[in-house]
Formats: sequence, C-alpha cells, structure tokens
Amino acid sequence: MAAQDAASARTAYDWPAILKDLAGTAIVSMLLMVPIVSYKSVITQYSLVLEARWGTVFIILGIILAARLLMHLFVWNRPPAALPAAKSSGPAKASLTDRIGPSVFPVLVAFAILLPIISGGDRRTIDLSIYILTYIMLAWGLNIVVGLAGLLDLGYVAFYAVGAYAYALLSTIYFPYWFGDGMLPWAFYITLPLAGLLAALWGVILGFPVLRLRGDYLAIVTLAFGEIIRLVLINWFSFTNGPQGITVPKATFFGLPFSAGPGGFADFFGIEHNRIYYYIFLYYVILILALVTYFVTNRLRRLPIGRAWEALREDEIACRSLGINTTNTKLTAFAIGAMFGGFAGCFFATRQGFVSPESFVFIESAIILAIVVLGGLGSQIGIVFAAIAIMGSFELFRELTIFQDYLPEGTDPVHFRMLAVGLAMVLMMRFRPRGFVTRRQPTVFLKERKAVSGDLVKEGHG
Amino acid sequence: MATASRTPVLSVEHLTMRFGGLTAVSDLSFDAFPREITAIIGPNGAGKTTVFNCITGFYKPTEGRICLRHSDAKEYLLERMDDFRIAQNARVARTFQNIRLFSGMTVLENLMVAQHNKLMAASGYTIAGIFGSGHFRRTEKEAIALATAWLEKVKLIDRADDPAGDLPYGDQRRLEIARAMCTDPRLLCLDEPAAGLNPRESEELNRLLKSIRAENDVSILLIEHDMSVVMGISDPIVVLDYGQKISDGDPTHVKTDPAVIRAYLGVEDEDEDALAAKAVSEAVGGKS
Repeated sequence: MAAQDAASARTAYDWPAILKDLAGTAIVSMLLMVPIVSYKSVITQYSLVLEARWGTVFIILGIILAARLLMHLFVWNRPPAALPAAKSSGPAKASLTDRIGPSVFPVLVAFAILLPIISGGDRRTIDLSIYILTYIMLAWGLNIVVGLAGLLDLGYVAFYAVGAYAYALLSTIYFPYWFGDGMLPWAFYITLPLAGLLAALWGVILGFPVLRLRGDYLAIVTLAFGEIIRLVLINWFSFTNGPQGITVPKATFFGLPFSAGPGGFADFFGIEHNRIYYYIFLYYVILILALVTYFVTNRLRRLPIGRAWEALREDEIACRSLGINTTNTKLTAFAIGAMFGGFAGCFFATRQGFVSPESFVFIESAIILAIVVLGGLGSQIGIVFAAIAIMGSFELFRELTIFQDYLPEGTDPVHFRMLAVGLAMVLMMRFRPRGFVTRRQPTVFLKERKAVSGDLVKEGHG
Repeated sequence: MATASRTPVLSVEHLTMRFGGLTAVSDLSFDAFPREITAIIGPNGAGKTTVFNCITGFYKPTEGRICLRHSDAKEYLLERMDDFRIAQNARVARTFQNIRLFSGMTVLENLMVAQHNKLMAASGYTIAGIFGSGHFRRTEKEAIALATAWLEKVKLIDRADDPAGDLPYGDQRRLEIARAMCTDPRLLCLDEPAAGLNPRESEELNRLLKSIRAENDVSILLIEHDMSVVMGISDPIVVLDYGQKISDGDPTHVKTDPAVIRAYLGVEDEDEDALAAKAVSEAVGGKS
C-alpha cells in the first residue's frame, strides 16, 4: 500500500512548477554569471581587452539546469513520509568515532612511540609528525579554555608567541649575560618551565579585562590581544629585533649537542653522526609534552577545578549561586590553557631555530580553534583526529602536483588548501555540527559511566 | 508565632530596590526564623524575585540592610557581599524560577559541583589533587556519599548517572533543590519550586520541604503561586504588592486579610469584598 503510494507519487510530476523553478534558476544563474564568467580581461601587448566567453556561460547554465532537473525528477519528489521515519527520539546513537573514542587512545600512543622506527628514520615523516603533534598539543591547551570552560579565545597564538620569544630571548641574551656560556646547553630545559609560567602570567593578564565579557565581545578582545602581542613583537625593535626575528640555539640531549665533533651526541654513544637523531629527539620531546598536556588536562577534569570549568560552560549564574568564584575559575582556565601554549611555543622556537612575528599571525589561532571545533568541543581524542585531518591535508596539498596540468598556469594547488579546509568546515557544520566526538564522558559516576549526548552539552557563552 | 526571644536567621530591614525610575521593592522589612518556612507571595510583578536577587547578591539593593545570622552568632551583611561569597560564606543557597541545572553534566556531577568549595580546599587548590592526595580522595568519597544521600531523599538515585538535561521537569525541580542543599545552607531560597508541577508532584514537594525543615538546620524562604503548597507548609507568610509589604502573619490570618484579597482580586466595594473573601478562603483553604 505504502509502496504503491510512493510509486504513484514519484511518477506524478508537477511540470508547471518544475518549469517555473528551472526558469527562476536560469535567471539567478545568469545574474551571477554575466558579471563573473562572461567576460575575461586579457592583457595584450598594448591594451586591456575584454574577451567574451558566452560559450562557457551556456555550458555552465546547461549543467546547472540539468542537475536541478535531475533533482526534481529523482530526489525532491519523494513522498514526505519516507523522510522523518529514520529519526527516533530514543537515546542518542553513538557514532563510530564516539564508540572507538576511549579505547583508541592507547593504540594511538603506542603508534606514536614507535613511529620513528616504523618510518625507518624518514626525515619528512618525522618532520610532519612533529608539526602535527605541535598542533595537537596547542589544540589540547586551547581545549581547556574553549572546550571545557566555554570561553571563546581567538588570540591563543599570543601565548604560543610568548613561549617562543621567552626561549629566544632568554637563551640568546639573558642566560649568556647572567650565567655565561656554560648554561647554553641547558637553556632549553631551563626555559621550558619558565616559558610556560610566563605564558600563564600573560593568560592571567588577558583574563582580567575579559572576565565580564561574553560571546562576540570576548572573541573580539581576545583577537585584539593576539594582534597586540604580534605588533609589539614587530615594533619593539630594541627588545625583539623586530621583523628580522631571532636565531635561537638548538636543544641538546641533556647537555650533549647534536653535532658531528667530539663531545657530541653521536660521539658519546659511539654511533655514527646523523642529523636525523636530532629530529627523532625533537619528536620525542614534543610527544612527551603533548602527553603531559593530555594527562594533566584529563586529571584536571576530574578535580573540582575541572568540574567548575565545565559547570561554568553550562551555566555561569548557577555556578555563582553555588558559591563558585567564577573570576578565579575563568582565570585558572586562561592561565593553564596559556601555559601549555607557552610550552609548545618554547618547543616551536627550538625546532625552527628561528623566531619571528610572522609565525604568530591570526590564521594560526584560527587553525588551532578549527581543530578544537572539528574535534568536538571538549573532546581530546577528537582533537587528535581533527589535527591529523587538517594539518595532514595542508601537507597533502603540497603533494598534489598531479593536478598541476589541469589548473590554469601560475596556480599552485597549495593556494587551494584554505579553500578546501573552509569547505570541509562547512560540510562538517552541516553534517556533524558538534565535531568528530560529540559525547561527553562524565567525570564521576555511581554505578556506570554513561556518556552524555552532545545535544545536552552547552557550548558556553563564548 | 514569632516571639521576641527568638533570633531570626535572616532580617531584611527597609530593603528598597530601584531600577532607574521603577521601584521594584520599597521599604520591605521581614524576618525569617530557623527551621521555619517563610513564604513570600504576591501577584505577578510584585517584586518577589527581586527580593530573592537582593538576598542572594545578584542585585545590590539601593537601600536597606540584609543581615544573616548563623547559630554560632556570626553575622553577615549580605548587601555588602559578592554573590558567590554569600553562597560560600553566609551559606545562602537558591533555586531559580526557570531551572538552571548543568544540563550537560550528570545528576551526580551537578551535586558534586555544589560541593565545589569543600572539595577545592581538600584538593589543596588543585595542586595536591593532581598528585592524588589521600585527604582529597577521602573528601571526594564523602562528597559522593552526601550526594547519594540527597539523591535518595529526592528519589533520583536511579538516575544518578544520567545527564541532568534528560530528566523530566518535576525531577529537575527536585534535583535543583537537592543541589542547593548539597552546599549545606543555613538559608534556602526557593523561587517557585512548584511551578509546572502536577498536583501529585506538588504534594511530594510539600513532603520534601517539610522533611528538609525537620532534619536540617536551615530556614526556608519560598516564593510560590501554588496556594496548596503555600498554605500547606508555610509558617509565616509575607504578601507583597507593587513592591510593598501589604500583609504578613500565619496562613489563616493572611487568607482573611482584606488587603490581600484586594491585591489578588482588585475589588473595592464592601459587598463584593466580603464575597471575594469567602471565595478566596474556600479556594485556598480547601486544600490546606
């Protein structure tokens, strides 16, 4: 019975309506295409002339109309009853990423530890992994502020910059001045905690003015803060060396430099000198830093402070009515998030061997935030996949030389990477608006740990 | 009922709250005594919730004094304190007219957040907690035990691990009361706890509030429209209209006070007045 209805409904086309719609589509398409597609400006030897491309216009129009007609014939004429049947109001079904979430972490860690061996010491693989791990760590740090406390921070890269410049300035200027050259091999290990503390201090400094701000205002002020730090780095020439940047020393293996001569890392262990050891060393440093970020954040979530962060995201007024000092709670979220940004910045400086304000532009903040959002607000495992997807796809675009032949001359596939990421974000917002991992793991339970459906979890007022 | 020898938990003296040209509460004074339920009633817009917001520190009163006394004779001047300090130090807890639970957190987590300050101190302000100190773990166990006890009391123990946002309306109301009680308050302010409850649920709420009054060292302040709740459980009643106190006393007195009847029904004429008094006393008295 129902099948018959469906069949008859499918064959009964409302031709006048379809034709009207196609005519409307044609008008809108032409309005859009006439200024954009139909004329191309060509520079000849002496002048600029317009080259008409009406053929292209009609080919595109034909494709649009055909596609729309096909949609009318086969997709949009389905009986409406067939559509909402799939949706049930039962408990939220766990998606694939939700179900594999918690169990997949040990596998990922094991894989990460073995990666230098699996890759066979391939410099490019290790470089890419260092790159991705840095962003995973940054996103885990930002996740404390955005995902847990629900405060939208568009200037996170400022703390990254504070960490990087802390290492650059301390190791090149202040340590030699204070302690002489003997301290230099240990500069990285001494600066690392200092960079974190300095970034945390700046997190508190940012935190104070934005305490009373919400939503758009909070986003704008944090964005401005990120830009202020960058502009100060550019313009305070006597302190930061301005846009020329600072060359920073390499990290050592607990005092052993990765150099060829005697007294170096290779010499000490009696192995042949190879530059790859330095990259493998850096890889393990960032892996350890990232894992520390993961475990500390995970631990904090289960402590009163972490629960207060999440409660703050859910309802600030209720928090205050329960005696929670929301000022301190927000400040600790900013400070601890910034601290991990500072660690990552310190690592970034030693990996690059060079820091300049150019590395700390707004787009970096946007990418880190995109990773957090794509991963699922508050989800640490989701962030790993999101970072691999976004940073990996950036690298992938560098490899797409096969498309070179199909693209107009002078365009590089790399130029399309932001476009592709934008498209991916739009699709994500359409189909999985809450990110890869949407469900929230409760921090404490009585009988069984049931994940909370993402629909109930608020995004905070940031 | 209120004798001079007893010390009130809460004294509101000459409280005035103005928003620009609007006087929401004007020269209001009343006392609330330990282990009593004081109801504040009045027509819509009479300023009841404003009084609550002044007591809990969400508004700073324009004039007046709000004094809270603990049983150890410590006094807190609430009009001078920040909202979270009122909850933390003066131990005033509240619920909201439109429920404010942490809907993405589980029922148990909601009650754990309510014990934040106790747990925060036990976790050495997070530092000892990170390293898993024994003292913190013991305190956390006690906190879970307290939460469990309250969940049993409000009959939500089976839903402890479900998200708070998934609970039906009546359960959310009871959970909000349990959450407020987990802060171990001396004064509990309930803003329309029976709103949206069916008669059976309001009956249950009456029993819950009575048992809270009997078993805890707490004074309850109650805003309510549901007269079956108000008349059934409150000790003194304060009636507000246009921000002014028009009557107070025990339920039987308030029920028959002509000023109250005028405020609710808006009649002036002598005959109608008497008729209305009869109608109201039947309406509200039938259930109590």
